[in-house]
Amino acid sequence: MSRTLTRHVVGRAADLPPGGRKLVKAGGREIGVFNVHGAYYALANICPHGGGSLCEGFITGLSVAPRPGQYDLIRAGEFLRCPLHGWEFEIATGQSYCDPKNTRLRTFHAAVEHGADLVKGPYVAESFEVRVEEDYIVLEA
Amino acid sequence: MKPPFKGAVDCDLHLPSPPTTALLPYLPAYWRDQLETRFIHKMGFQLTSYPPGSPLTCREDWRPNKGERPLDQLRRQALDPFGVEIAVCSLLHGAIALFNEDMAAALCSAVNDFVAHEWLDPEPRLRGSILITGQNPDHAVAEIERLAHDRRFVQVILPVMGDMLPGKRQMWPIHRACEKHGLGLALHAGGTYRFPTTASGWPSFQVEDYVANSAAFENAIVSLISEGVFSECPDLRVICLESGFGWLPTLIWRLNKEWRGIRQEVPWITRPPGDILRERFRFTLQPVEVPTAALIERTLEHIGSDELLLFSTDYPHAHFEGEEALPDGISEALIRKIARDNPLASYPRLARTLQPVTAEQRS
Repeated sequence: MSRTLTRHVVGRAADLPPGGRKLVKAGGREIGVFNVHGAYYALANICPHGGGSLCEGFITGLSVAPRPGQYDLIRAGEFLRCPLHGWEFEIATGQSYCDPKNTRLRTFHAAVEHGADLVKGPYVAESFEVRVEEDYIVLEA
Repeated sequence: MKPPFKGAVDCDLHLPSPPTTALLPYLPAYWRDQLETRFIHKMGFQLTSYPPGSPLTCREDWRPNKGERPLDQLRRQALDPFGVEIAVCSLLHGAIALFNEDMAAALCSAVNDFVAHEWLDPEPRLRGSILITGQNPDHAVAEIERLAHDRRFVQVILPVMGDMLPGKRQMWPIHRACEKHGLGLALHAGGTYRFPTTASGWPSFQVEDYVANSAAFENAIVSLISEGVFSECPDLRVICLESGFGWLPTLIWRLNKEWRGIRQEVPWITRPPGDILRERFRFTLQPVEVPTAALIERTLEHIGSDELLLFSTDYPHAHFEGEEALPDGISEALIRKIARDNPLASYPRLARTLQPVTAEQRS
């Protein structure tokens, strides 16, 4: 059973700079919208491992070590760590780092569209007015 | 039951500790003099927490037989009855508990040479364990390097409760030397009794001391994995002797679970630690704490591998009657894995040394 996705305008692009996050309600769900290095991603705010509010966890990078005792943090800002049990997920794909085969997070499409285009098509705006001269984040959920 | 075929590999068999006077010919002049003039050669160097008369020390019908050479007794009681083609033996000598690390190293060398000449030379079915003292990794590595050419030594042996956890970086030269020479790293139940046998101090009773070994093995395994020993030495094989294995399912489960949440602390662990455990660790059968064939098979199912278990009699310690080294009812296929395939696949040197040992290899 599939449900037709609805386009939700969830905020002004200017309010979600790179590294930023915004929790929204759309399609009856809590969804976290993220700006990672200028690209927008949206993830369900429920950890597929233990049900934690994943999107409220630390936005971080990937800890790696070429050898024991040689530490590095790479891909800063691209991972989300669940506040409940610490599981890490790649924001872009929703994929779990420690259990990539079995655990993946529901992802949604999020993109920036110009206000002038938005006023033409069907969308659900939240509690703000869409202005033609600004950019908005549109989430499909 | 015993292995229903010839060609079994017994992975844990103990040689009797000789009187210290028997080691004197294998010591350099200085240490021979030290031992004799300080009357240390009259010490027994027994390394057990239980009394010499207890069944844990020796099964009643396996006690030293007056008038029979120890080697003949071992052949008659431990090698012939079980159809053993290869037996990996060890001589756990109290020298490893000495605080004088130089004397400890000299005695370890003497024990190793004693084993090579008095046991491995006359009995081609025996394979040896290089006894080292873990308190000084330089001494330990020197001893491994000294003996590595003798391919009858298939492993290096340490007590599971040492001066420090075996994964600590100070111990890595030992692990590197083992890996370099294709020697297994054997951890044997027990310790040197310099440190309490539990994490909360000394227990009151022998039963506590004995059972504490399972926890000590868990600590050692978690240490070796977490410190990244297998990132540094990916081919190192660790053989746990007299460890039991019934506790492995919960250890693997917990290790994997905690790793998923806090792996950032040990980022060199890039796959579930349970996978590393299954790949790099092996466990000898006796004393078997999982008493029936059905439970053994179920435990192996929980562990997720039938390649971890190695046949052992733990001769001459008393764990079974007669020749009942294997719990009744284990399938012949599993016995073949435990008693033959797994040992040959686990010790890098074993498969190769199954050919007759040449004079050149002994020199």
